[in-house]
Amino acid sequence: MSPAPVVGVGGKPPATDEARSVGSNKFTPYALLSPGLLWLSIFFIVPTIVMVGTSLQSGSLFDGFTFTWEFSNYTDAITQYADTFIKSIVYAFIATVLCLLIAYPLAYTIAFKAGRWRNLLLVLVIAPFFTSFLLRTNAWQTILSDNGPVVGFMENTGLLWLLNSIQTPESWPEWLQFFPEGITATDRVLATPLAVILGITYNFLPFMTLPLYASLERIDGRLIEAATDLYSSAWKAFRKVTFPLSLPGVVAGTLLTFIPAAGDPVNAQLLGSPAEAMIGNVIDSQFKVTTNYPLASALSVLLMATIVTMVAIYVRKAGTEELV
Amino acid sequence: MTDQQSQAPAELASESSAGLTATGGADLHIVDVTKRFGSFVAVDALTLTIPAGSFFALLGPSGCGKTTTLRMVAGLEEPTDGRIVIGQDDVTYNKPYKRPVNTVFQSYALFPHLDIFENVAFGLRRKGVKDVRPQVESMLELVELSTFARRKPTQLSGGQQQRVAVARALINHPEVLLLDEPLGALDLKLRRQMQIELKRIQTDVGITFVHVTHDQEEAMTMADTIAVMNAGHVEQLGAPIDLYENPVTTFVANFLGQSNLIKGSVTGKSGGDVLLEVQGSRMAMPTDRVHSDSDGVWVGVRPEKMKISHQGTAVNGENSMTGTVTDASYMGVSTQYLVRLPWDQEVSVFSQNLSTEGPIRVGESVVLHWEPAHTFALDASQDADAGAEKVEGDS
Repeated sequence: MSPAPVVGVGGKPPATDEARSVGSNKFTPYALLSPGLLWLSIFFIVPTIVMVGTSLQSGSLFDGFTFTWEFSNYTDAITQYADTFIKSIVYAFIATVLCLLIAYPLAYTIAFKAGRWRNLLLVLVIAPFFTSFLLRTNAWQTILSDNGPVVGFMENTGLLWLLNSIQTPESWPEWLQFFPEGITATDRVLATPLAVILGITYNFLPFMTLPLYASLERIDGRLIEAATDLYSSAWKAFRKVTFPLSLPGVVAGTLLTFIPAAGDPVNAQLLGSPAEAMIGNVIDSQFKVTTNYPLASALSVLLMATIVTMVAIYVRKAGTEELV
Repeated sequence: MTDQQSQAPAELASESSAGLTATGGADLHIVDVTKRFGSFVAVDALTLTIPAGSFFALLGPSGCGKTTTLRMVAGLEEPTDGRIVIGQDDVTYNKPYKRPVNTVFQSYALFPHLDIFENVAFGLRRKGVKDVRPQVESMLELVELSTFARRKPTQLSGGQQQRVAVARALINHPEVLLLDEPLGALDLKLRRQMQIELKRIQTDVGITFVHVTHDQEEAMTMADTIAVMNAGHVEQLGAPIDLYENPVTTFVANFLGQSNLIKGSVTGKSGGDVLLEVQGSRMAMPTDRVHSDSDGVWVGVRPEKMKISHQGTAVNGENSMTGTVTDASYMGVSTQYLVRLPWDQEVSVFSQNLSTEGPIRVGESVVLHWEPAHTFALDASQDADAGAEKVEGDS
């Protein structure tokens, strides 16, 4: 096949130097970038280098740490905490899926059906931010406690028994035993995997809802009319037009939820038992309690590397650059 | 390899365009349809019959109900009252995807996440057609976009997007194709070109086209029949030439082109003619061009039908009046004059530059005269300015 003829319609016409330099000079972009670059180099690049450096040290807080290319920190981290890594990712993944399932209909309603209630609903979505994250998670302790409303409701409806029976099969290898005791314990929700997952879902819901809303709200209603005009039922029009066009929001929302959720220590700390400890809790205690800085640093580097790899694969699969 | 590839689409193209010609479309009946939005009546007891295979235009200013009418035919709005029948089928309450109708939307509504091929194939895929390739390829050929199949809509120019929108609708072989201001987003030159293109496609496929526009020139160039709409009802229905030459309301007289309307009254009849008295002058006109039940009339003449002559010119057998030129704009093919009449009304005259006597100057006294057969008379109770304040050019 010969290459298709090039027609000068793709992209913008090249801006001329004169057009670009009106009221500015060539240093303007750098001047605008410099605060951000400065901030990131001080508070992101330098700490990352320090962290990677620390992860290769050996010694103790009393004897002092020395840089010895101690790669065994990494092998220790993996052998000791592989199951915690996997558990963190599983919890974050389930919470992200729950967030998507809750936020999509919510964002869809706000974008297409809310009419004059739209702004009020948007304010309600971000209203939780008016109170501290810690305080709200503490409130969930009360809500999920053994005498709280959630357990009471589930006991009365028999749901607790049902949730208790959701376990990972015993035939699965040990490192895949995310819920050996079920997602709830006998007659309780607090201090179980369910509580941690619900806490994460709750806390990160706005980060899913807002990007979804932004991408749904941009969709031209005439495209949906065009789809129904072209023999799509409401459901087909959603699947073939609305959903694909909202994918940038889905990708942004899942990243904004999954990335912080995977490293979050607060929900597991406040709503879980030691059995639900996530990787964030391990790093936290390695730094503050055990004061094994090299191991804590190695765990942090591994967490970062894991997330960056997963996100890279995900974004590539979702093909965001293809989307408008 | 190249031989096979280049031959295949050509064969398919001829097959498929033959298939399209055979459909021919169906009659569209809009029966007593009313649409209310709250207390606002957008369409008021509208009845129209659009014959199969015709190119029909709904023409009117924005807010006249033409787009609402189109959307009710497409199924995107439900009528408050009345019926919509395509061929023999009452589709009034059918969902849009269950109607033999497709729409070319204003600003096209192409799917931005799909390439041109998939945009055109969209309707066929939803209908469960297994092999869409031959049909899509021949349709892209019809609109001359074969080489653009794998581009995204944003990579195409306005005119190309417009043709994709037409292809995406036509490939489904609708009984009726609806076009909602299809050329509104294009610049003037491209619009002219697409007018001819659309007319060609309609003649090729023979499907009933219903075209909504506020652009009178666009409607007149393309349509066989025009319905001029105003405030939810049809003012006049007919071939472009009938509407222009013999308007029946002041709205049509002003909305389609320009008209000079002068107050007068019917005084009697003489043979096939009606005798008029206009500000003291006696005039005549054919009976079938009088559209008023009462004797008070607006006597109308199109500006290009009026001839302008130096004072004292003999005007035998024509209607005439005198006046003073207040403005003259030379425009090459014609000169536009504004002439003030003795009773302080200004009329405009478009005069082809045929005179050898030299131009008529501002301030000169002149005689305006025209054929009685170019006169029309409208009901004097109507607003002489109705339809005159339309927006010219782009919406």
